[in-house]
Amino acid sequence: MNFSEVITIAWRSIAANKSRSLLTMLGVIIGVAAVIVMMAVSAGTEATIAEQIQGLGSNLVFINAAMVRMVPGQPPPQGGLVFDDVAAIRDNIKGVAGVSVEQRSTATVKYGNVSLDEITILGTTPDFTTVRDVAVGSGRFINEKEQEQKRKVVVLGSAVAQELFGEADPIGQTINAGNVKLTVIGVLKEKGLVSGTNFDEMIYVPISVVFQKFTPSFFGRVMGDRVRSIYVSVAEGYDMESVIQQIELLLAKRHGVTLEEPDFSIQTQADIISARQSTTASFRTLLAWVAGVSLIVGGIGIMNIMLVSVTERTREIGLRQAVGATPGDIQLQFLVEALMLSLVGGLIGVLAGLGGAVLFGKFSGMRTVVVPYSIALSFTSAALVGIFFGFLPARTAARLDPIEALRHD
Amino acid sequence: MTEQTKIIETIELKKIYGMGDVEVMALNGISIQILAGEFVAVMGPSGSGKSTLMNILGCLDRPSEGRYLLAGEDVSNMSRAELAHIRNQRIGFVFQSFNLLPKMTALENVMLPLIYQRENRLSVHERRQRAEAALESVGLAERAHHLPKELSGGQQQRVAIARALINDPILILADEPTGNLDTRSSLEIMELLHGLNERGVTIVMVTHEADIAAHTRRVIRIRDGRLDSDHHNGGRSEEAKAALRQSLAALSEEAQP
Ligand SMILES: Nc1ncnc2c1ncn2[C@@H]1O[C@H](COP(=O)(O)OP(=O)(O)OP(=O)(O)O)[C@@H](O)[C@H]1O
Ligand SMILES: [Mg+2]
Repeated sequence: MNFSEVITIAWRSIAANKSRSLLTMLGVIIGVAAVIVMMAVSAGTEATIAEQIQGLGSNLVFINAAMVRMVPGQPPPQGGLVFDDVAAIRDNIKGVAGVSVEQRSTATVKYGNVSLDEITILGTTPDFTTVRDVAVGSGRFINEKEQEQKRKVVVLGSAVAQELFGEADPIGQTINAGNVKLTVIGVLKEKGLVSGTNFDEMIYVPISVVFQKFTPSFFGRVMGDRVRSIYVSVAEGYDMESVIQQIELLLAKRHGVTLEEPDFSIQTQADIISARQSTTASFRTLLAWVAGVSLIVGGIGIMNIMLVSVTERTREIGLRQAVGATPGDIQLQFLVEALMLSLVGGLIGVLAGLGGAVLFGKFSGMRTVVVPYSIALSFTSAALVGIFFGFLPARTAARLDPIEALRHD
Repeated sequence: MTEQTKIIETIELKKIYGMGDVEVMALNGISIQILAGEFVAVMGPSGSGKSTLMNILGCLDRPSEGRYLLAGEDVSNMSRAELAHIRNQRIGFVFQSFNLLPKMTALENVMLPLIYQRENRLSVHERRQRAEAALESVGLAERAHHLPKELSGGQQQRVAIARALINDPILILADEPTGNLDTRSSLEIMELLHGLNERGVTIVMVTHEADIAAHTRRVIRIRDGRLDSDHHNGGRSEEAKAALRQSLAALSEEAQP
């Protein structure tokens, strides 16, 4: 027998039982598709994380206020972060490139007859551009004086500017945010989505203005100038750990708490990334198990069907032996048939995996990037499964005694 | 090949089937010689060991004891793969139940042994030509592309004979080739086998029917795994064939009085 004859015989036998062959392949199809989707998801997540590192700068330190429980009717408990901490950190700690603080609110933004609902108003400080690594496209960002004097100025995210003004120049124009009139002093460059925040769809005002005009009155009364998070960017050449330690000591002293029971927590970009990576990793492990198990189940399915096929075709095997097929010929024929089942299954699985990766990306909102290597990997695994699980049925067929096989009915 | 060449020579062939504690002596010392060009019928009661003998002669099975020389070559102790090769090159089988592969056309069935050739492999084109010629020689050229289920029993057996011929075997073994056929088809198959025998192919055929055996020149009888009698009809091939023609003619007359 030559190669093409072996292939032809195997193909005819598979094609003769189309629906059964397809069902047999199902496990392999699922396994291969799962490998491809899994790797696409994890590659997508990794790409997103890599972009976040770039987008945020790995030298960023997040300081968050610890949760403070409020008891109705009593004065708010002491502690948490306050706006003055920003200045304290900037003035007292060496190696700080910038300190920024953010306070958010939402309002309807209007210019002329264009009106945008639910726009995030981000109150911040002049250091924002350094700390968050955003660039100003036209005009300029908020300066120290505007912050101190609570000037009603605004910098627009690029998408907001586009929607309100189209091609016209927004600088110097006045927009309405809720019932506050704000003068546009700049527009940010496009930045896109970073950590789930779309910088292009926000407007930026001095944080003092947010405290005064946008924080809901209840918060304003209770929280005073308390803030939830402070962002510190560490200057190049300084050790993150030592900067963090200095900040911890400073804040503990300012707030009158011990380091054992602080009223704030400090995280670095690396902490956040590693937390995110570990969720990706466990998701990936889960899918790897799904893929592995369904490949094995698929292999067992192939083995089953091949054993059934050997029984069904016992007479054929006997006849082939009588006219000159050696045990090796018979073994090869059934092995190739099993291999072909797994390869065709693998091929369908690759297509399903590619489609699945795209659909999964669409519906889960997770980013998926198909890794070419995953196609090779899954396809090879499918082939190995075919050979491994095809071996037993092929050997069973090869060992049939021609006389008994011919007598079989 | 001269008339005197021994195609088959068996020396004290024994086949013992072990069934747990009970041993069945299917063949109990069979020594026969069959020369090139002979047409031999093997007869004997059911269970006497005819098929067992045929299987050994066909290299499908190996004897428990004794020796078997096929065209002078001792095949008693060959491996399964070597035996497969011998079957492919030197032996053609005709079975009682035809044994055609149901999903293949007559032509593909006839070509099947050529797939398993090990040396002097033919091109696909040559194989097809050879299979067509073989089908033509059994009178089924125009049925080449039919599936077995579209053919009558007699036609299926003729396809099987064409398959047995495809590799130019030195020996054709037929275990009750007419067992599943009506009288007319049986006689036609016998006529076909005679034609082959005239062209020099050695044929050994098992049959239960005395009138079918009567068309051969030599009848070997087996009883309980032993040779019971070895009888030469003495008639020449042409005479046997003439008798066959007469039977067929008589059959046709019966059909249209
Ligand atoms: N595989 C086997 N295992 C055990 N015993 C067997 C086997 N094959 C054949 N026999 C026994 O060997 C003896 C000869 O069987 P064989 O098939 O050769 O008879 P036969 O002459 O061909 O009979 P029939 O005319 O019915 O076809 C029988 O007793 C049978 O039961
Ligand atoms: Mg028999």
